[in-house]
Amino acid sequence: MIGSLFRRELTVLLRNRANLVNPLAFMFLGILLFAVASPAQGEGRVLYAPAILWLIVLLTNLLSLDGLFRRDYDNGVLEQIYTSADVPFMVVLVRIIVQWMSTGLVMVLLAPVLGLLLGIDGGDLLIVVMALLLGTPALSFLGAVGASLTVGFSRGGVLLGLLVLPLYLPVLIFGASAIQEQISGAGNTAQLYWLGVISMLSLTIGPLAATAGLKISLQMQ
Amino acid sequence: MSLVELHEISCRRDNITLFDPVSIAVPAGGKVEMSGPNGAGKTTLLRTLAGLFQQYEGTFSCSTHLFQGHRPGLDELLDAVENLQWHASIAGQTVNENEILEALERVGMISRALVPVARLSQGQQRRVAMARWQLSGARVWLLDEPLTALDTDAQELLVSMIQEHCAGGGAAVYATHTPVKLDDKVELRLSPRGDQA
Repeated sequence: MIGSLFRRELTVLLRNRANLVNPLAFMFLGILLFAVASPAQGEGRVLYAPAILWLIVLLTNLLSLDGLFRRDYDNGVLEQIYTSADVPFMVVLVRIIVQWMSTGLVMVLLAPVLGLLLGIDGGDLLIVVMALLLGTPALSFLGAVGASLTVGFSRGGVLLGLLVLPLYLPVLIFGASAIQEQISGAGNTAQLYWLGVISMLSLTIGPLAATAGLKISLQMQ
Repeated sequence: MSLVELHEISCRRDNITLFDPVSIAVPAGGKVEMSGPNGAGKTTLLRTLAGLFQQYEGTFSCSTHLFQGHRPGLDELLDAVENLQWHASIAGQTVNENEILEALERVGMISRALVPVARLSQGQQRRVAMARWQLSGARVWLLDEPLTALDTDAQELLVSMIQEHCAGGGAAVYATHTPVKLDDKVELRLSPRGDQA
Protein backbone atom coordinates (compact mmCIF):
# COMPACT_ATOMS: atom_id res chain seq x y z
CA MET A 1 0.00 0.00 0.00
CA ILE A 2 2.74 2.45 0.95
CA GLY A 3 4.58 1.76 -2.29
CA SER A 4 1.57 2.58 -4.41
CA LEU A 5 0.81 5.66 -2.32
CA PHE A 6 4.30 7.01 -2.96
CA ARG A 7 4.08 6.08 -6.63
CA ARG A 8 0.87 8.06 -7.03
CA GLU A 9 2.20 11.14 -5.21
CA LEU A 10 5.41 11.17 -7.21
CA THR A 11 3.55 10.69 -10.51
CA VAL A 12 1.29 13.60 -9.66
CA LEU A 13 4.28 15.71 -8.66
CA LEU A 14 6.08 15.05 -11.92
CA ARG A 15 2.98 15.76 -14.01
CA ASN A 16 2.30 18.97 -12.14
CA ARG A 17 5.69 20.51 -12.69
CA ALA A 18 4.63 24.02 -11.78
CA ASN A 19 4.31 22.83 -8.18
CA LEU A 20 7.87 21.59 -8.29
CA VAL A 21 9.44 24.51 -10.11
CA ASN A 22 7.57 27.51 -8.62
CA PRO A 23 8.90 27.19 -5.06
CA LEU A 24 12.40 26.67 -6.37
CA ALA A 25 12.25 29.69 -8.62
CA PHE A 26 10.84 31.78 -5.78
CA MET A 27 13.60 30.71 -3.40
CA PHE A 28 16.36 31.20 -5.89
CA LEU A 29 15.13 34.63 -6.96
CA GLY A 30 14.59 35.74 -3.36
CA ILE A 31 18.15 34.88 -2.39
CA LEU A 32 19.53 36.26 -5.62
CA LEU A 33 17.79 39.61 -5.18
CA PHE A 34 19.11 39.87 -1.65
CA ALA A 35 22.61 39.04 -2.84
CA VAL A 36 22.39 41.70 -5.54
CA ALA A 37 21.03 44.36 -3.20
CA SER A 38 23.45 43.80 -0.33
CA PRO A 39 27.00 45.23 -0.27
CA ALA A 40 29.57 43.01 -1.95
CA GLN A 41 31.98 43.20 0.96
CA GLY A 42 31.86 43.73 4.68
CA GLU A 43 30.52 42.44 7.94
CA GLY A 44 26.85 43.22 7.41
CA ARG A 45 26.33 40.85 4.58
CA VAL A 46 27.32 37.67 6.37
CA LEU A 47 25.71 38.92 9.57
CA TYR A 48 22.24 38.71 8.05
CA ALA A 49 22.83 35.77 5.75
CA PRO A 50 21.45 33.08 8.11
CA ALA A 51 18.34 35.13 8.84
CA ILE A 52 17.66 35.79 5.16
CA LEU A 53 18.26 32.19 4.21
CA TRP A 54 15.82 30.86 6.81
CA LEU A 55 13.25 33.51 6.06
CA ILE A 56 13.22 32.59 2.39
CA VAL A 57 13.04 28.89 3.29
CA LEU A 58 10.03 29.56 5.52
CA LEU A 59 8.22 31.60 2.90
CA THR A 60 8.95 29.08 0.16
CA ASN A 61 7.50 26.33 2.29
CA LEU A 62 4.44 28.43 3.06
CA LEU A 63 3.96 29.07 -0.65
CA SER A 64 3.73 25.39 -1.50
CA LEU A 65 1.64 24.48 1.55
CA ASP A 66 -1.51 26.08 0.20
CA GLY A 67 -1.64 23.53 -2.59
CA LEU A 68 -0.91 20.57 -0.33
CA PHE A 69 -4.49 19.29 -0.06
CA ARG A 70 -6.35 21.79 -2.24
CA ARG A 71 -6.59 19.74 -5.43
CA ASP A 72 -7.77 16.65 -3.57
CA TYR A 73 -10.36 18.73 -1.76
CA ASP A 74 -11.66 20.29 -4.97
CA ASN A 75 -11.91 17.13 -7.06
CA GLY A 76 -13.49 15.01 -4.35
CA VAL A 77 -10.55 12.65 -3.84
CA LEU A 78 -10.29 13.75 -0.22
CA GLU A 79 -13.81 12.61 0.64
CA GLN A 80 -12.99 9.30 -1.02
CA ILE A 81 -9.91 8.96 1.18
CA TYR A 82 -12.06 9.46 4.25
CA THR A 83 -14.88 7.16 3.16
CA SER A 84 -13.00 4.26 1.62
CA ALA A 85 -9.38 4.23 2.77
CA ASP A 86 -8.37 1.70 5.41
CA VAL A 87 -6.12 4.23 7.11
CA PRO A 88 -6.59 7.83 5.93
CA PHE A 89 -3.63 8.76 8.14
CA MET A 90 -1.23 6.87 5.86
CA VAL A 91 -2.40 8.72 2.77
CA VAL A 92 -2.00 12.06 4.55
CA LEU A 93 1.42 11.12 5.93
CA VAL A 94 2.74 10.08 2.52
CA ARG A 95 1.38 13.27 1.00
CA ILE A 96 3.22 15.41 3.56
CA ILE A 97 6.47 13.48 3.14
CA VAL A 98 6.33 14.00 -0.61
CA GLN A 99 5.63 17.71 -0.06
CA TRP A 100 8.78 17.85 2.08
CA MET A 101 10.76 16.06 -0.62
CA SER A 102 9.61 18.57 -3.22
CA THR A 103 10.46 21.62 -1.08
CA GLY A 104 12.64 20.89 1.97
CA LEU A 105 14.83 18.26 0.40
CA VAL A 106 15.34 20.33 -2.72
CA MET A 107 16.33 23.29 -0.53
CA VAL A 108 18.85 21.08 1.24
CA LEU A 109 20.36 20.11 -2.10
CA LEU A 110 20.46 23.73 -3.23
CA ALA A 111 21.75 25.03 0.11
CA PRO A 112 25.45 25.16 -0.84
CA VAL A 113 24.72 27.36 -3.86
CA LEU A 114 22.37 29.61 -1.90
CA GLY A 115 24.88 29.85 0.93
CA LEU A 116 27.61 30.95 -1.42
CA LEU A 117 25.31 33.52 -2.98
CA LEU A 118 24.75 34.97 0.47
CA GLY A 119 28.48 35.15 1.11
CA ILE A 120 28.74 32.30 3.59
CA ASP A 121 32.21 30.81 3.71
CA GLY A 122 32.73 27.53 1.82
CA GLY A 123 33.84 25.79 5.00
CA ASP A 124 30.58 26.61 6.79
CA LEU A 125 28.30 25.27 4.09
CA LEU A 126 28.13 21.80 5.60
CA ILE A 127 26.42 23.24 8.66
CA VAL A 128 23.98 25.14 6.45
CA VAL A 129 23.05 21.85 4.79
CA MET A 130 22.78 20.06 8.15
CA ALA A 131 20.60 22.77 9.67
CA LEU A 132 18.22 22.73 6.71
CA LEU A 133 18.10 18.94 6.65
CA LEU A 134 17.21 18.79 10.33
CA GLY A 135 14.87 21.78 10.35
CA THR A 136 12.81 21.63 7.16
CA PRO A 137 10.83 18.45 8.03
CA ALA A 138 9.32 20.35 10.96
CA LEU A 139 8.15 23.08 8.55
CA SER A 140 6.27 20.58 6.41
CA PHE A 141 4.78 18.58 9.28
CA LEU A 142 3.62 21.64 11.21
CA GLY A 143 2.54 23.48 8.07
CA ALA A 144 0.33 20.57 7.03
CA VAL A 145 -1.83 21.19 10.10
CA GLY A 146 -2.52 24.73 8.96
CA ALA A 147 -3.10 23.59 5.37
CA SER A 148 -5.59 20.95 6.53
CA LEU A 149 -7.66 23.54 8.38
CA THR A 150 -7.68 26.20 5.66
CA VAL A 151 -8.29 23.91 2.69
CA GLY A 152 -12.03 24.67 2.81
CA PHE A 153 -11.49 28.37 2.18
CA SER A 154 -10.89 29.31 -1.43
CA ARG A 155 -8.62 32.15 -0.34
CA GLY A 156 -7.02 30.62 2.69
CA GLY A 157 -3.50 31.84 1.89
CA VAL A 158 -3.29 34.72 4.34
CA LEU A 159 -4.98 32.78 7.12
CA LEU A 160 -2.59 29.92 6.49
CA GLY A 161 0.35 32.26 7.02
CA LEU A 162 -1.12 33.60 10.24
CA LEU A 163 -1.69 30.08 11.54
CA VAL A 164 1.60 28.57 10.52
CA LEU A 165 4.31 31.23 10.77
CA PRO A 166 4.15 31.45 14.59
CA LEU A 167 4.63 27.69 14.72
CA TYR A 168 7.76 28.10 12.62
CA LEU A 169 9.41 30.39 15.17
CA PRO A 170 11.41 27.74 17.07
CA VAL A 171 12.80 26.37 13.81
CA LEU A 172 13.72 29.88 12.70
CA ILE A 173 15.45 30.66 16.00
CA PHE A 174 17.52 27.50 16.22
CA GLY A 175 18.14 27.26 12.50
CA ALA A 176 19.46 30.78 12.11
CA SER A 177 21.42 30.50 15.34
CA ALA A 178 23.11 27.27 14.21
CA ILE A 179 24.51 28.95 11.11
CA GLN A 180 25.29 32.18 12.97
CA GLU A 181 27.36 30.41 15.61
CA GLN A 182 29.20 28.45 12.96
CA ILE A 183 30.18 31.65 11.17
CA SER A 184 31.32 33.32 14.38
CA GLY A 185 33.22 30.22 15.40
CA ALA A 186 31.23 29.18 18.48
CA GLY A 187 29.75 25.71 19.05
CA ASN A 188 26.41 24.91 17.48
CA THR A 189 25.76 21.27 18.40
CA ALA A 190 22.93 22.22 20.73
CA GLN A 191 21.06 24.11 18.01
CA LEU A 192 21.32 21.17 15.62
CA TYR A 193 20.05 18.78 18.29
CA TRP A 194 17.13 21.10 18.95
CA LEU A 195 16.25 21.23 15.27
CA GLY A 196 16.23 17.45 15.22
CA VAL A 197 14.03 17.30 18.31
CA ILE A 198 11.54 19.78 16.87
CA SER A 199 11.33 17.81 13.62
CA MET A 200 10.80 14.54 15.47
CA LEU A 201 8.11 16.04 17.68
CA SER A 202 6.30 17.56 14.74
CA LEU A 203 6.51 14.24 12.89
CA THR A 204 4.64 12.58 15.76
CA ILE A 205 2.02 15.30 16.12
CA GLY A 206 1.68 17.05 12.75
CA PRO A 207 0.36 14.29 10.47
CA LEU A 208 -2.14 13.11 13.10
CA ALA A 209 -3.39 16.64 13.62
CA ALA A 210 -3.57 17.21 9.85
CA THR A 211 -5.63 14.02 9.45
CA ALA A 212 -8.06 15.32 12.05
CA GLY A 213 -8.00 18.81 10.51
CA LEU A 214 -8.94 17.50 7.08
CA LYS A 215 -11.84 15.61 8.60
CA ILE A 216 -13.08 18.85 10.15
CA SER A 217 -12.72 20.64 6.81
CA LEU A 218 -14.81 17.93 5.13
CA GLN A 219 -17.53 18.28 7.78
CA MET A 220 -17.91 21.96 6.97
CA GLN A 221 -18.71 21.29 3.33
CA MET B 1 -30.19 -8.19 8.86
CA SER B 2 -30.30 -4.66 7.50
CA LEU B 3 -27.33 -3.14 5.75
CA VAL B 4 -28.45 0.40 6.50
CA GLU B 5 -30.58 1.36 9.45
CA LEU B 6 -31.73 4.88 10.27
CA HIS B 7 -33.47 5.57 13.52
CA GLU B 8 -35.11 8.99 13.86
CA ILE B 9 -32.25 10.66 12.02
CA SER B 10 -32.36 14.37 11.33
CA CYS B 11 -29.49 16.60 10.29
CA ARG B 12 -28.72 20.12 11.38
CA ARG B 13 -26.88 22.79 9.50
CA ASP B 14 -26.16 26.20 11.04
CA ASN B 15 -28.52 25.31 13.90
CA ILE B 16 -31.40 24.67 11.55
CA THR B 17 -32.95 21.23 11.39
CA LEU B 18 -33.09 20.36 7.71
CA PHE B 19 -35.83 17.71 7.60
CA ASP B 20 -38.28 15.81 9.78
CA PRO B 21 -36.66 12.77 11.42
CA VAL B 22 -36.63 9.70 9.18
CA SER B 23 -36.42 6.03 10.08
CA ILE B 24 -35.83 3.27 7.58
CA ALA B 25 -34.19 -0.12 7.43
CA VAL B 26 -32.63 -1.24 4.17
CA PRO B 27 -32.11 -5.01 3.83
CA ALA B 28 -29.76 -6.66 1.36
CA GLY B 29 -31.12 -6.02 -2.11
CA GLY B 30 -32.86 -2.83 -1.01
CA LYS B 31 -32.89 0.24 -3.22
CA VAL B 32 -33.86 3.54 -1.66
CA GLU B 33 -34.60 6.58 -3.78
CA MET B 34 -34.34 9.76 -1.79
CA SER B 35 -36.13 12.80 -3.09
CA GLY B 36 -37.09 16.20 -1.82
CA PRO B 37 -36.83 19.84 -2.83
CA ASN B 38 -33.52 21.67 -3.05
CA GLY B 39 -32.06 22.23 0.36
CA ALA B 40 -34.09 19.45 1.96
CA GLY B 41 -30.88 17.75 3.09
CA LYS B 42 -30.49 14.84 0.68
CA THR B 43 -26.78 15.39 0.22
CA THR B 44 -26.32 16.05 3.92
CA LEU B 45 -28.06 12.80 4.84
CA LEU B 46 -25.90 10.84 2.40
CA ARG B 47 -22.77 12.48 3.77
CA THR B 48 -23.93 11.60 7.27
CA LEU B 49 -24.28 7.95 6.29
CA ALA B 50 -20.80 8.08 4.73
CA GLY B 51 -19.37 9.49 7.97
CA LEU B 52 -18.58 12.88 6.45
CA PHE B 53 -21.07 14.87 8.48
CA GLN B 54 -21.63 14.76 12.20
CA GLN B 55 -24.27 17.27 13.16
CA TYR B 56 -27.16 14.87 13.35
CA GLU B 57 -29.61 13.61 15.90
CA GLY B 58 -30.78 10.02 16.14
CA THR B 59 -28.77 6.90 15.40
CA PHE B 60 -27.81 5.00 12.29
CA SER B 61 -25.72 2.09 11.19
CA CYS B 62 -24.29 1.54 7.75
CA SER B 63 -22.41 -1.49 6.47
CA THR B 64 -19.23 -1.13 4.34
CA HIS B 65 -20.06 1.66 1.96
CA LEU B 66 -19.02 3.52 -1.12
CA PHE B 67 -19.81 7.21 -1.41
CA GLN B 68 -20.17 9.06 -4.67
CA GLY B 69 -20.61 12.78 -4.17
CA HIS B 70 -21.24 15.51 -6.73
CA ARG B 71 -17.59 15.49 -7.68
CA PRO B 72 -16.21 12.42 -9.38
CA GLY B 73 -13.43 11.78 -6.87
CA LEU B 74 -10.79 11.24 -9.53
CA ASP B 75 -7.37 12.84 -9.78
CA GLU B 76 -7.27 14.87 -13.00
CA LEU B 77 -3.57 14.33 -13.52
CA LEU B 78 -3.82 10.55 -13.50
CA ASP B 79 -5.49 8.39 -16.13
CA ALA B 80 -8.48 6.15 -15.45
CA VAL B 81 -6.41 3.02 -14.82
CA GLU B 82 -4.07 4.80 -12.39
CA ASN B 83 -7.04 6.29 -10.56
CA LEU B 84 -8.75 2.93 -10.17
CA GLN B 85 -5.54 1.26 -9.03
CA TRP B 86 -4.99 3.93 -6.45
CA HIS B 87 -8.56 3.71 -5.17
CA ALA B 88 -8.18 -0.04 -4.77
CA SER B 89 -4.86 0.30 -2.98
CA ILE B 90 -6.04 2.80 -0.37
CA ALA B 91 -8.96 0.51 0.40
CA GLY B 92 -6.48 -2.32 0.89
CA GLN B 93 -7.79 -4.30 -2.07
CA THR B 94 -5.69 -6.08 -4.64
CA VAL B 95 -7.15 -5.83 -8.11
CA ASN B 96 -5.28 -6.88 -11.19
CA GLU B 97 -5.12 -4.91 -14.37
CA ASN B 98 -7.57 -7.21 -16.16
CA GLU B 99 -10.32 -6.54 -13.65
CA ILE B 100 -9.78 -2.80 -14.07
CA LEU B 101 -9.87 -3.04 -17.84
CA GLU B 102 -13.04 -5.16 -17.69
CA ALA B 103 -14.72 -2.59 -15.47
CA LEU B 104 -13.71 0.19 -17.89
CA GLU B 105 -14.95 -1.88 -20.82
CA ARG B 106 -18.32 -2.22 -19.14
CA VAL B 107 -18.72 1.55 -18.72
CA GLY B 108 -17.52 2.14 -22.27
CA MET B 109 -14.32 3.91 -21.33
CA ILE B 110 -11.80 1.32 -22.47
CA SER B 111 -10.65 3.44 -25.42
CA ARG B 112 -9.89 6.34 -23.08
CA ALA B 113 -8.34 4.30 -20.30
CA LEU B 114 -4.92 5.91 -20.60
CA VAL B 115 -6.02 9.51 -21.08
CA PRO B 116 -5.56 11.86 -18.09
CA VAL B 117 -8.92 12.39 -16.45
CA ALA B 118 -8.58 16.17 -16.94
CA ARG B 119 -9.13 15.61 -20.67
CA LEU B 120 -12.35 13.64 -20.22
CA SER B 121 -15.79 15.24 -20.35
CA GLN B 122 -18.03 15.41 -17.28
CA GLY B 123 -20.04 12.43 -18.42
CA GLN B 124 -16.93 10.41 -19.18
CA GLN B 125 -15.56 11.16 -15.73
CA ARG B 126 -18.81 9.92 -14.21
CA ARG B 127 -18.44 6.73 -16.23
CA VAL B 128 -14.94 6.17 -14.86
CA ALA B 129 -16.36 6.74 -11.39
CA MET B 130 -18.96 4.06 -12.14
CA ALA B 131 -16.15 1.65 -12.95
CA ARG B 132 -14.83 2.37 -9.50
CA TRP B 133 -18.14 1.37 -7.89
CA GLN B 134 -17.93 -1.96 -9.63
CA LEU B 135 -14.44 -2.64 -8.34
CA SER B 136 -15.11 -1.60 -4.77
CA GLY B 137 -16.22 -4.44 -2.58
CA ALA B 138 -18.52 -2.18 -0.56
CA ARG B 139 -21.98 -3.55 0.22
CA VAL B 140 -23.83 -0.24 0.34
CA TRP B 141 -23.67 2.28 -2.46
CA LEU B 142 -24.41 5.85 -1.38
CA LEU B 143 -24.91 7.86 -4.56
CA ASP B 144 -25.60 11.57 -4.76
CA GLU B 145 -27.35 12.55 -8.01
CA PRO B 146 -26.02 9.52 -9.89
CA LEU B 147 -27.73 10.57 -13.14
CA THR B 148 -25.82 13.85 -13.44
CA ALA B 149 -24.15 14.34 -16.83
CA LEU B 150 -24.99 10.80 -18.00
CA ASP B 151 -26.35 10.15 -21.50
CA THR B 152 -29.26 7.73 -22.03
CA ASP B 153 -26.93 4.75 -22.57
CA ALA B 154 -25.09 5.43 -19.36
CA GLN B 155 -28.38 5.92 -17.51
CA GLU B 156 -29.49 2.47 -18.58
CA LEU B 157 -26.11 1.11 -17.56
CA LEU B 158 -26.54 2.75 -14.17
CA VAL B 159 -29.89 1.04 -13.68
CA SER B 160 -28.50 -2.37 -14.59
CA MET B 161 -25.43 -1.85 -12.38
CA ILE B 162 -27.59 -0.99 -9.38
CA GLN B 163 -29.84 -3.99 -10.09
CA GLU B 164 -26.84 -6.30 -10.33
CA HIS B 165 -25.27 -4.93 -7.19
CA CYS B 166 -28.48 -5.38 -5.22
CA ALA B 167 -29.11 -8.85 -6.65
CA GLY B 168 -25.65 -9.77 -5.36
CA GLY B 169 -26.61 -8.95 -1.78
CA GLY B 170 -25.79 -5.24 -1.80
CA ALA B 171 -27.95 -2.20 -1.24
CA ALA B 172 -28.14 1.25 -2.76
CA VAL B 173 -29.27 4.55 -1.32
CA TYR B 174 -29.33 7.42 -3.77
CA ALA B 175 -30.58 10.98 -3.95
CA THR B 176 -32.08 12.26 -7.17
CA HIS B 177 -34.51 14.71 -8.68
CA THR B 178 -35.18 12.56 -11.73
CA PRO B 179 -36.71 9.19 -10.79
CA VAL B 180 -34.49 6.24 -11.72
CA LYS B 181 -36.26 3.47 -13.62
CA LEU B 182 -36.06 0.76 -10.98
CA ASP B 183 -39.13 -1.37 -10.28
CA ASP B 184 -38.68 -2.39 -6.66
CA LYS B 185 -37.30 0.79 -5.21
CA VAL B 186 -38.43 2.25 -1.91
CA GLU B 187 -39.09 5.96 -1.95
CA LEU B 188 -37.95 8.17 0.86
CA ARG B 189 -39.11 11.74 0.71
CA LEU B 190 -37.41 14.31 2.90
CA SER B 191 -39.72 17.08 3.97
CA PRO B 192 -37.89 20.30 4.68
CA ARG B 193 -38.15 22.05 8.01
CA GLY B 194 -36.20 25.14 7.11
CA ASP B 195 -38.48 27.54 8.99
CA GLN B 196 -37.57 26.27 12.45
CA ALA B 197 -34.73 27.72 14.45
